[in-house]
Order: sequence, then C-alpha cells, then structure tokens
Amino acid sequence: MCADHAPHRDTSRRRAIEIFLGGGILASLASFLYPVLRFFVPPAVVDLGGDEVVAAKSIEMKPNSGKIFRFGSRPGLLIMNNDGTYRALSATCTHLGCTVQYRPDLREIWCACHNGTYDLNGRNISGPPPRPLDVFDVHVRGDEIVVNRKREA
Amino acid sequence: MFAALIRWLDERLKLEGLIAPLRHKTVPTHRLSYWYFFGGITLFLFIIQVLTGILLLLYYRPGANEAFESVQYIMTRVQFGWLIRSIHSWSANLMIFTAFVHMFSVVFLKAYRKPRELTWVTGVILLFLVMGFGFSGYLLPWNTLAFFATKVGTEIAGQVPFIGRPIMIFLRGGEEVTGATLTRFFGFHVAVLPGIVTVLIAIHLFLVQRLGMSVPPKVEAHWNAHPPEKREMRFFPNFLLRELMAWYVAMGALGALAALFPWNLGVKADPFISAPAGIKPEWYFLFMFQTLKLIPSKVWIIDGEVLGVLGCSLAGLLWLLLPFFESDKTPRTKVWITGLTIFALVYVIGMTVYGYVAN
Repeated sequence: MCADHAPHRDTSRRRAIEIFLGGGILASLASFLYPVLRFFVPPAVVDLGGDEVVAAKSIEMKPNSGKIFRFGSRPGLLIMNNDGTYRALSATCTHLGCTVQYRPDLREIWCACHNGTYDLNGRNISGPPPRPLDVFDVHVRGDEIVVNRKREA
Repeated sequence: MFAALIRWLDERLKLEGLIAPLRHKTVPTHRLSYWYFFGGITLFLFIIQVLTGILLLLYYRPGANEAFESVQYIMTRVQFGWLIRSIHSWSANLMIFTAFVHMFSVVFLKAYRKPRELTWVTGVILLFLVMGFGFSGYLLPWNTLAFFATKVGTEIAGQVPFIGRPIMIFLRGGEEVTGATLTRFFGFHVAVLPGIVTVLIAIHLFLVQRLGMSVPPKVEAHWNAHPPEKREMRFFPNFLLRELMAWYVAMGALGALAALFPWNLGVKADPFISAPAGIKPEWYFLFMFQTLKLIPSKVWIIDGEVLGVLGCSLAGLLWLLLPFFESDKTPRTKVWITGLTIFALVYVIGMTVYGYVAN
C-alpha cells in the first residue's frame, strides 16, 4: 500500500466534506434569510384616489377661505378666492412634508411647522421650502368642486 | 480572521471559563439516548416561534375590525407572508407535540426522580403555559372557529366554583367574547407569556445543566453491575452537533409542512351567527374536551361540567407533583406510578383519537 499518499488523500477528503457541509449550511441560511428579507419590504399601497376627486360642495366654501381635502392618500388644499374662483394645490409642504394651510389675513399659503410661505400660485416665497407646491386643475360640476391632477404637458 | 475574532473575544471574556462546564458535561450513551433530543427540539421550535412571531408583528393589527383583514393582508399581499404565518402555525403545533413527547419520555425514563423534581415542575408549568400560548394565539386571526373555541374555552374556565366567573370575565375583558378579548389575548400572547416562559426556560435549562442528564434506572443498574459497559459522550461538541442535526431535520420537516400544507385563515368571526357544525378545539385540548362531553350533565348533586373541570384541574395538579409521590425506598409506589403514567398516556391518546372521530 502507498502509505505515504494516505495523509494527502485524507486532507483532500476532509476538504471536500468541509466544502459540501459548509456550502450546504450557507445555502440553507440563504434560503431562510431570503423570504425573511422579502417579508420586511411592505407591499406598495394602492392609491385608490385616482386622478380626480370631489374636493368640496360649492355651498361649503366661502370667499377668501381654504379647505383641506383628501386626494388619494395625501391631503390637498382647496382655496376660494374673493372673486369666487377656485384654486387647488397639494397641501404637502415641500420642505419636510407638513400639511400647509390657507391664511385669509395674508392671502398666502403658510406652513406652521417652519414658517414657510407660498403664494396662491404655489410658488415658495419665503422660509425654508425648496420647491413650489404642485397645482391641480379645478372645475365646478353642478354643486361639486372637482379637482384633477394636471396632465403632464 | 475568524480565529482572530475568537482570540479577541477570549482575551476579554475568558471564553474558556464559560465553555469549561460544557466540556466537562457528558451525555450518557445507551439505546434510549434518542429521547434526550426532544427537549432540545422543543426549544428550537420555541425559538422559531419567537422569530416568526416578531415578523408577524410587523403587519398584524389587533382589534375586531382589523385583525382578520391584517392576517389576510399578510397571507395575500406581503411577500412570503403566507409562508411565515404557516411556519408560525405549524411550529406551534409541532412544539406542543414535541413537548408532550419530551414529557412522556421523561416520565417513562424516570428522569423526574430526586434530585430533578424542580426540573419536572418547571417543565410541566412550561407545558401549561405553552398551551396558553396556543389558546391565546388561536384567537388572534379572529376567524369563526377561533371565536367559538374561545367562547367555549373561557366558558369552561367560568365553571370553576367561586373563582371561575371572575376568571372568565378577566380573560374575556367583559361578559362576552368581543374585541376587548382579542386585545387581551394579544397582550398575553406577545408580552405576558413570552416573558414568563423565557424566564422558566432559563431556569429549566440551568437545572438540566446543573444536574446533568438522568440515566434510566434499568440502564443505571446494568452499568453498576457491569462498570466497563458504561458509555458517555461529551456534550460539547459531540452531543451538541448531533442535537444540531436533529434541529436541522426538524427545520426541514417544518419547512416542508408549512409550504405543502399552508395554514388556512377561515371565515371572519361574526358574533351573531350560529356556531358551525362539528366545531372542535385544537387537537391538544381535544382529550379534555372529549372528557367533558362524556360526563353526564348531573353526577349525584354536582353539575357534570363542574365535576369535569375540577377533575381536570386536580389531575393537572397531581401531574405537576408527580415526583413527590415517588420514593426511592419502597419499590411498590414505583410500580403504581408506572401504571398510572401508562394509563395517562393511553387516556390522552385514546381520548384525542376518540374526539377526532366522534361527532
């Protein structure tokens, strides 16, 4: 017998077993961890709001006032001007996501969190907001005030 | 790199001192050694329960209007949610099963004898608590079966004279099973029971570690007569590696069962519909349920239900105190106890099967 070959063969067998065992254990761990990691990711919320929503009834609104309405999962701001026309904007402040409000005394849109202001076209005019608010289309249908997301031009 | 990390930890924690007791610990090797694995498998399934339970908590919402919908959401919308929930349910049932196997193996190998009385007592309390886990967790999906099982189960608790009614109202959070019951059961299931069970498992394992593995009396007598035949293996790493292999097999069985036979959700609970026909509790309560069904409504002057509940409680108490009836002096008590424990096993299995096939 070739006794001098035996140690070499032993270590290579040992190595093979280590690779199979270790690889098997790693593969098992991966197969346990993969579903767990996928489980952590919350499913995307379906935005049931669509592109159009009834923001208010016309009898609810007074001139020079604002109303927060629900647009999908986010708030929107509906404003009635003194001349009876309407404006609708996103009510989520572009700074850190607080909900803005209409200030009848200033005729401005104001965010209470960090004193940001926007004009009635949604332009950020003072304070920390970095971008203007999104503006929506408004039209009156019977006694309902309907708000649409603007189509991308 | 791994070796360097171990060395770094060893220099700071003196790992050798921590592992030393494990190195000295040995496990007796004989033809009944396989039964030693079941306690460890039960522990493994408990760990699975904790991990999958935490995962389910990411999406589950307690409350009569949300619980069913949130479990439905987990099972249909969350990726692998059906699998995680199925593993949690299957592992719960398997854990109770292995706990029963572990307990009866301890009984028949006489491992509860002096000095291991406290190990036995903590173990039996753990079994009761694990059944409490099963009972409280069963309600959480808020489906029809769970609703009626909880109604009946808490009603049975209410049969105990004097203290029964306050216990029932405490469990239900009111007179009836409502959303308040669900809130309570959720609290028991995810906070109260895990805390108590974790402490008890720590004590149980400490006692096992402290007292070493029990050798069955017959094997011990044989070894005393023929000392050269005595066999032992080291706990670390020999027994531990075998135990890990058993865990791996348990994991495979669990994964296969959960994937091939996913757990059902059922129909949302409605307090104002009739109980469905053929309603039964979970299998581990079935032997008690069937016992209660068989007792006549009036035995002498006592209500059948009351008698059944008191009888089951008394049997549970005697079972808890089993080691204290065993004496190492008179052999007659041992025979008597062996007979009784065999009867207990046959009774539990028989009544469970009977409960399963009976209408």
